[in-house]
Amino acid sequence: MSRGKKMGKIVAIALNTFRESIRDRIFYSLLFFAVVLILFSMVLSNLTIGDPLKIVKDFGLGSISIVGTLIAIFVGIGMVYKEMEKRTIFIILSKPLARWQFLIGKYCGLSLTILVEVVVMSILLFVLCFLYVPQIPWNLLYAIIPIFFEILLILAVAFLFSTFSTAFLSGMFTLSIFIIGHFTRDLKSLAQTTEDVLFQTLSNVIYYVLPNLEYLNFKTRVVHHLNISISEVMLSLTYAIFYTIVVLLIGIFIFQRRDIN
Amino acid sequence: MTDSIAVKIKDLKKTFSNGWGKRSTIIKNLNLDIMENEIFGYLGANGAGKTTTFKLMLGLIIPDKGNIFFGGKPASDYKNRSFLGYLPETPYFYSYLTAGEALDFYASLFDMKKSLKKLRVEEMLRLVGLDHVKDLQLRKFSRGMLQRIGIAQAMINDPKLLILDEPMSGLDPMGRKDMRDIILKCRDQGKTIIFSSHIISDVELICDRASILSKGKLQQVIEMDDRQDNKNSTWEIICRGKVFDRSTIKKYGNIKHRATGNRHILSTVDKIAANLIMEEIKNQDLDLVSFGSRRKSIEDIYIKSVGVEGKKNG
Repeated sequence: MSRGKKMGKIVAIALNTFRESIRDRIFYSLLFFAVVLILFSMVLSNLTIGDPLKIVKDFGLGSISIVGTLIAIFVGIGMVYKEMEKRTIFIILSKPLARWQFLIGKYCGLSLTILVEVVVMSILLFVLCFLYVPQIPWNLLYAIIPIFFEILLILAVAFLFSTFSTAFLSGMFTLSIFIIGHFTRDLKSLAQTTEDVLFQTLSNVIYYVLPNLEYLNFKTRVVHHLNISISEVMLSLTYAIFYTIVVLLIGIFIFQRRDIN
Repeated sequence: MTDSIAVKIKDLKKTFSNGWGKRSTIIKNLNLDIMENEIFGYLGANGAGKTTTFKLMLGLIIPDKGNIFFGGKPASDYKNRSFLGYLPETPYFYSYLTAGEALDFYASLFDMKKSLKKLRVEEMLRLVGLDHVKDLQLRKFSRGMLQRIGIAQAMINDPKLLILDEPMSGLDPMGRKDMRDIILKCRDQGKTIIFSSHIISDVELICDRASILSKGKLQQVIEMDDRQDNKNSTWEIICRGKVFDRSTIKKYGNIKHRATGNRHILSTVDKIAANLIMEEIKNQDLDLVSFGSRRKSIEDIYIKSVGVEGKKNG
């Protein structure tokens, strides 16, 4: 089979997944939630002392990150589990399609859904910022692009759990990894101040195995106009891509060997 | 039916974990050959292992032991599913897609040109009588309509081999007839069809051969034509008259006689005895109502076969 035909099947699965998810009500409710959050930043900026634009930016970027992650968890955990629970997977996998093609297709489709969500939220944030200061805040992209890659990484983690676990457990595990992922460095520093060997070993394992999501957090520096080099962002993105690929490969490895019942 | 083997199942075994380290065997050393261009019925009670066999064929679950081949090629290779169509028991679809979109999506999983894809989608919608609702989302479809979409997606690639899991379930009498007609038409087109059912009359009506599966074990493969052989047949004679004097045919112990009013039903497995009964009807001046060989029904064979196994296990 040629590479083009293989890709054609992945594209078909991806587009179908995208179409299915944007017709789902959850997508719109989360999008609505994001819009409300970003608009709420305007209210907040009036109530808080300080530069209102900075507050809008800070709150807006935080909203994009949180809502995007929630969407990634919601759709990611259902990626395999929902297909099995709803039994739609039986027909798909009876076609001449490798399981890895199915998984990659689903992942790409959901990534596209998240991209749409991030783009819609970003445009809204740009418009808001423009209302405060009439110039396009392109520097926000330094924070938004890494946020998008972080969400893709979380999506891959959710997908990995969904290949062998239930939706609820996958959700819990993924959320834990998202939270721990932002504190691995702090956890390691904290462990070094204690004399508890077990805690130190555990924090070391967590630090080296789990993703360090702070590498992808440029929000504060962007909001406060601190210097960010392109090479630093590129290195962070490479880290995210590498980690995502490894997680996806582990997921595929597990899924290849399991019974679809 | 031709002499070539469409599906070969060899020493197939599948167990599932019950938790706590225990495993239950669902399929026990299954060996089965399905010939090209035949309609093969796969009979068995609920939980006999019919769906598990199909899932093993499709690579959805992995066997503990044994192999399956489609036309000599291993079924475990996903590429060999390109000439196969599968209808699961109670098919489920992406509910937000329309009928047309769903079929177009399934068609895109085959190496099909865009123009052919469009043609096949329209053709299949017409075949299952759903072309008028092609723009309706599947979540608005009834159970019977979904079953029809199920058969349409199974045939979207014009497969050589069709695996249908309980295709008649959920269909009304008209739908069942349509499904039977589709299956028969497929055989006329040279396709091989395997379908499972626990409804014996469906199998009896259209199958060339049928197998009986019980508790994961193949009990018997029945050739439908063999049921007409004399040794498997019962001769049944019905006549009308006040009294039927049995004294002359009494020496044949294997004649059964039932009388309801002035109607007499005589049955025997012995052809000579059947001839004698006919002579006696003539001699005693009785009215012959009917004479014929009653085919051994699949139900008889099924109950006998599963019953024997049940006793063995019991």
